[in-house]
Amino acid sequence: MINITENPIEIIKVIDAVAALGAGGLNVFIGNVRGTANGKTVRWLEYEAYEGMAVAEIKKILDAATLRWGLLGCAVSHRVGTLKPGETAVVVAVSAPHRKESFEACEYIIDQVKVKVPIWKKEVFENGEEWVEARPQMTIHSN
Amino acid sequence: MKCKIKTFGIARDILGNKELIMEITGNKVIDLRNELSEKYPKLESLKSLFIAVNQNYAEDHMELKDSDEIALIPPVSGG
Repeated sequence: MINITENPIEIIKVIDAVAALGAGGLNVFIGNVRGTANGKTVRWLEYEAYEGMAVAEIKKILDAATLRWGLLGCAVSHRVGTLKPGETAVVVAVSAPHRKESFEACEYIIDQVKVKVPIWKKEVFENGEEWVEARPQMTIHSN
Repeated sequence: MKCKIKTFGIARDILGNKELIMEITGNKVIDLRNELSEKYPKLESLKSLFIAVNQNYAEDHMELKDSDEIALIPPVSGG
């Protein structure tokens, strides 16, 4: 199961999608919106996706993970649109014969989603907004 | 050739349009990249800029066709 949705993610459905007989370990990662970024209060985030390509890239990641860890099931659901702090932006679920594979695969999938999948977020603060990761970070030296 | 380009995130803010058509000389991804940098110098301030062709990340030497779906992919930040 791969889906990009404007509606709140139904976490239990993502988990149900990976249920399999023989799956001794089922692992779930839930990514929520943080209330602060670089010390500033976040009012909300705007997420957008290049949907067709995002689904295709997620599929490549899931196929690679399935092959590497022998997964019995795996699923990713990613939210787009306006999200407030505390809301769930992404859910990854995997099932494997044993827990070790399920932990490793789940971490691999969320790490790859963050660097490969064409989804973007903009943080909206009290006095401005910023696309996350877009520009090289300025180094702030403090003593 | 004429390139039909979709833009996302900060690249859309810089180009000012969700979709646009750009006339380029040459027919490779690198030619489009050069033309974009010249016309929109602010793109140079990004950490990275990938170009996707038909929903796949494309190498600079790849040849473009009129019917291709081209998209500008600034640094992604999902999750």
